[in-house]
Amino acid sequence: MRKELCAALVDISTNPNMLFLTGDLGFMALEPLQAQMGERFINAGVAEQNMISVAAALAKDNWDVWCYSIAPFCFARPFEQIRNDVCLHNMPVRLIGNGGGYGYGVMGPTHHAVDDYAVLLALPNMHVYVPCFDEDVPAVIQAAQHRPGPCYIRLGRGELPNGETTPVYQPWRQLLAGDGAIIIATGPIAGMVWSTCRDLPVAQRPSVWVVSELPLTHDALPPAVITQIARGAKLIVVEEHVSHGGLAHMLLYYCATHGIAVGEFHSMHAVGLDIGAYGSQTYLRQQSQLTPGAIRSCLGIYE
Amino acid sequence: MPQTLAWCHEQLLKMHARANVGHLGSTLSCLEGMYTTFQHLQPADRFVLSKGHAAGALYTVLAANDIIPSAWLSTFHQDGTSLPGHPPANKIPAIPFATGSLGHGLSLAAGFALSQKLRQNGNQTYCLTSDGEWQEGSTWEALIFLSHHQLTNLTILIDHNGWQGFGSTRDVASMYPLYDKLAPFAVDLHIVDGHDVVQISHALTLPAQHPKVIVLQTTKGHGLPDLADTLQSHYLPISPDQLAGALDYFHSRSL
Repeated sequence: MRKELCAALVDISTNPNMLFLTGDLGFMALEPLQAQMGERFINAGVAEQNMISVAAALAKDNWDVWCYSIAPFCFARPFEQIRNDVCLHNMPVRLIGNGGGYGYGVMGPTHHAVDDYAVLLALPNMHVYVPCFDEDVPAVIQAAQHRPGPCYIRLGRGELPNGETTPVYQPWRQLLAGDGAIIIATGPIAGMVWSTCRDLPVAQRPSVWVVSELPLTHDALPPAVITQIARGAKLIVVEEHVSHGGLAHMLLYYCATHGIAVGEFHSMHAVGLDIGAYGSQTYLRQQSQLTPGAIRSCLGIYE
Repeated sequence: MPQTLAWCHEQLLKMHARANVGHLGSTLSCLEGMYTTFQHLQPADRFVLSKGHAAGALYTVLAANDIIPSAWLSTFHQDGTSLPGHPPANKIPAIPFATGSLGHGLSLAAGFALSQKLRQNGNQTYCLTSDGEWQEGSTWEALIFLSHHQLTNLTILIDHNGWQGFGSTRDVASMYPLYDKLAPFAVDLHIVDGHDVVQISHALTLPAQHPKVIVLQTTKGHGLPDLADTLQSHYLPISPDQLAGALDYFHSRSL
C-alpha cells in the first residue's frame, strides 16, 4: 500500500500546513512526496522517540503532522512518547506503520507488528485504521486528515481476489453474503477470507465482513452484523494480530455489554512474536493457522 | 506586577512545607534559572520544563508573572488540584505538555522551535533539563536533531546540580564534565553560576550563532540548612526549623 499511500499524501500535500516526518524510511516509495513537499518533508533520522515528541509539539502549534516508519518502529519504540505527548494531550498526530502483522515476513519478529492495535488502543483518544485493500488508502488518508485527535494507520498489502472490485471504503463492509456462519476480519487478510469463501454454495457460504476502524465504539456495529450474530450462527473472527486485546476480544466484549447473544465462537489469530520459525508472511500465517484450509475447517467444510 | 525572586523563594518553601512533600532540592537548584528565563520570555515564546519534578518552581514562577493566580499555590499537591507533583496535562495553557517522565522535554522543545523556524515568526523556545536526564537516549536524539536543524531560536538550560534519583551523577553514570560531551555538537555553549541571575541573564541575551546551551552550575537544595548538596533534598520534606533557616537565608540574600 506504500504506492497508494504516497499518491494520497501527495494529493493533500498542497496544504502548506502539512508536515511529514519519517524515521529514515520510505526508500523507493516516498521520493515523490519528498520532492513535492521540500522542507516540509523531514527525515527525522533513526530516532523515533524524538520524532514523535517533535510531532506532538508541531501538532500543538497547529501543523497537520504525519509520522511514518515501519509498524514496530512506529508504535513500539516510541511508545511512551505516543502515550504521554500525543495521546494524553489528544494531539492530532497521524502515525503510519507499514507492514502490519507479519508483513515483513522473513525479516523476523523485530520487524513484525502483531500486537500493535491492542497496545495502542489502550491509550486515550487513539483511533486505528486498518485498510483492507490498496484502494482503501486514499479514503483512509482523507479520514485521518480530518480526525481531531491521534490515529494510527496500519498498512499492509491488499489481497483483493481476482475478478472482484473493491467495495467503497467504509469502516464496516460486507464482502460476501451467505446463509452459513458469520466471519468478521480486519486488514488485508479479509481478502483471503473472501477468496476462500466466495465459491461455496450459499447454504455453506458465510457472511463475510471486514472492519477497518477500531476501537469498537458504542454504536460501531452495523445493525445487519448484530442481526446476523444474534441469530446464533457460528461467529469467526480472523485477524493477523495476537488474540490478547485483538478484534475478537473487542467484539466479544461489545456483544456482552450490548446484550447480543453469541453462539459458537472461533478466534483465528496470529500466534505472536515468538513463533519459533522464520519465513514469508504466507509461511507465518500457516504457522498461525491463518490459511484458506483452516478457514474451511473452521466452517466445517472438508474436501 | 511581577513578583520578585525573593517572593518566589518564600512561596516555594512555604508551599512545599505546607504540603509536606519533597522535590524541594530539585526546585531550589533551578529557581533562579527559571525565574530569569521568564524575565526574558515574550508572550508568544515557549517554555518547556523537561525536569518535571521541579514543578513547584514552575508554578511559583508562573504565579510571580500573573500567568496563574497566586491563590492556586495553596492547592499544591492537594486532591483536585491543578498543581500536582509534575506539570499537568491540559490544565494550564502556559504548560503545553505534561512532563515528569525524563527525556521528553527537549524533543518537545525542538518541535516548538522547528515550528517557529518554519513559520519565521521570530519566537523563541526555552527548555530546562536536569543533568541526570542526559542519561536518557531520547535527550541525545533531540540534541542531534536540534543541532542538525540549527534551531538557533532554541535555548537549553541544564540544571547541573550533580545529583540524580539514587546517587550523584558522577557515581551513577558519569559524563563528568557534561559540557565536554555537549561541546562537539554545533551549539553555543555557556557555563554560568546557576544561582547568579546576572550571569544567567547575560548568557540569555548573548546573540546565538547556533542553538544555545546554558549549563547552570547549581547546588541541589540550594539554601536548605543541612540538606543543600545532598540526595536527601530530592525526597525529604523540610522541618519547621529548616523552613525558618531557608527563609532567613534567602531573606538575607535579597537585602
